[in-house]
Amino acid sequence: MSADTTTPAKVPPQRQAPPPRVSGAPRRRRTANGAGIPWLLLAPCLLVLALVMGYPLVRLVTLSFQSFGQSQLWGFKPAEWVGFDNFSGILGDGEFWGVVVRTIVFAAGSVIFTMVAGMALALLQQKVSGWVKTLINVVLVASWGMPVIVATTVFKWLFDTDYGVFNALLSRLPGVDMVGHNWFASGPQGLLVIMLLVVWGAVPFVVITLSAGLTQVPQELEEAARLDGAGAWGVFRYVTLPILKPIIVMLTTLSVIWDMGVFPQVFVMRGGHPEADFQLLSTYSYDRAFVVNDYGQGSAIALVTVVLLLGVVAVYMRQMLQIGEVE
Amino acid sequence: MSALTTDAPRKPTGGRRKSKVGWNLLGLLVFVVVGFPLYWMLDTAFKPAKDAIDPDPSLLPTGITLDNFRRALDIADFWGPVGRSLIVSLSVVVIGVIVGLLAALAISRFAFRGRKIVIVGILAVQMVPLVSMIIPVFLLLNDLDQYDKLSGLVITYLTFILPFTVWTLRGFIVNIPKELEEAAMVDGCSRTGAFIRVVFPLLAPGMVATSVYGFIQAWNEYLYALMLLSQEHQTATVWLGNFTTKHGTEYAPMMAGATMMAVPIVVLFLIVQRKMAAGLTAGAVKG
Repeated sequence: MSADTTTPAKVPPQRQAPPPRVSGAPRRRRTANGAGIPWLLLAPCLLVLALVMGYPLVRLVTLSFQSFGQSQLWGFKPAEWVGFDNFSGILGDGEFWGVVVRTIVFAAGSVIFTMVAGMALALLQQKVSGWVKTLINVVLVASWGMPVIVATTVFKWLFDTDYGVFNALLSRLPGVDMVGHNWFASGPQGLLVIMLLVVWGAVPFVVITLSAGLTQVPQELEEAARLDGAGAWGVFRYVTLPILKPIIVMLTTLSVIWDMGVFPQVFVMRGGHPEADFQLLSTYSYDRAFVVNDYGQGSAIALVTVVLLLGVVAVYMRQMLQIGEVE
Repeated sequence: MSALTTDAPRKPTGGRRKSKVGWNLLGLLVFVVVGFPLYWMLDTAFKPAKDAIDPDPSLLPTGITLDNFRRALDIADFWGPVGRSLIVSLSVVVIGVIVGLLAALAISRFAFRGRKIVIVGILAVQMVPLVSMIIPVFLLLNDLDQYDKLSGLVITYLTFILPFTVWTLRGFIVNIPKELEEAAMVDGCSRTGAFIRVVFPLLAPGMVATSVYGFIQAWNEYLYALMLLSQEHQTATVWLGNFTTKHGTEYAPMMAGATMMAVPIVVLFLIVQRKMAAGLTAGAVKG
């Protein structure tokens, strides 16, 4: 911002429609009308993003079309272009499709669970007394702030086979004996526990955002609907929900993106080596690259994940830009 | 539960019927269920190790001891990883907020060609699933000779927090009326002077909140810390993730380690979360 100190004080803050700029590297001496200033301000940010996001993103695409292994990593051999070999390799692999389906089911389950629980809690927050609301808010924010790794180790402990408190509590119910039950013996059960962990971590953000949204719903509208004979469900369905729609769209798309990329929860829960039954796209890609040392195929898998998410990202961006526009 | 400070509005909301009791009971149930993992972490961390391996554990605290913390600190170097995490997170935040503020000013206070593209670009970057980027980022840092260096991790984390930082600061800046700046400029301030004397003080709380968010994000990151640093330079999250001993996983010391890692962060988060919300809603002209 110091670039502007030379401008006389009473010059109006900006000119509309400055001449077109070409690149993000703003080495122009344009103090006259200040068109270069925004680019000067943006430069550091754009540089960092281009270096550690832009370039790797391009590299991810090129890697997917290359054979890149240990010897390329050490620079003994140059990377070799192999066309669609990596893709035909993974697409022809039955295990890969299993992983894709598992990831989608896992993410869909987590998102739905998160959104429904989040909405229910947000509505409940409106019904309870102030002190209960405060109590709930404190645990919500506290669990939101918990580092994922901490939460994962805590859940590992809760669901431990021999000394986990969850098994002990279940076994206290009449007729239930879960002593020594191993939740991670099979993929589906283990992933259910991991889903619970993901949802537990994700719900607070949803509840707090939705609660803020709920306070914006005009009381008069709800009242009017009630006078017109709408029941609690009707008011929710035809008044509350439509008003909250932008927030819900935003939260859902964000959750999809996050839940498709769940990694540390699975990785740490399975001690760094998730079994075949537990592999999601994220861990599968990691395994391919860093365990099997096939960086090309690992990248191809990651790229497929990104492509799968593009549609969701588009929806999110539209919503955010609309919100931005309103401001 | 733990002595977490609460002073949120407690209105009596008088004049409601008895039906509130039912909702309150349900609310308390939610409180217990959601809070249980936190409670159990603290409970295990402070209970004698032998009580922790009870197949039918008592749900209430059985006695308080610091042995587990001592054991956790013994098993592996704790302060080294914590120190590294602190260095990385603080560097990320300081650089991130400065760089982010400049960018946020550009997109919120200037009208220029390409502004929309920049905004879309920044939002799009935020949407890239970070897990997918680990392979090329790893190779890039390897090529730049930044593998196993804290600086490599700092620049990587910077890209993680920048989009969020820019977007949030933009929100705070937009809420400060331009007229305030213009008034200062009419009174003879330069544009920079107007920014420093008028906008900056109003922006400060938002910047603090944004920094803490960024700090927490950097502090909590796991995958990149695991991949970009060798075992001997591991950060706190990786330290906890690898927490095993010769005797397998000792859960009581592990929960002590978890407590040490989580409590400062959670407290920080509890404080800032309110500020953040307040900052987002408060009007700019407040005296």
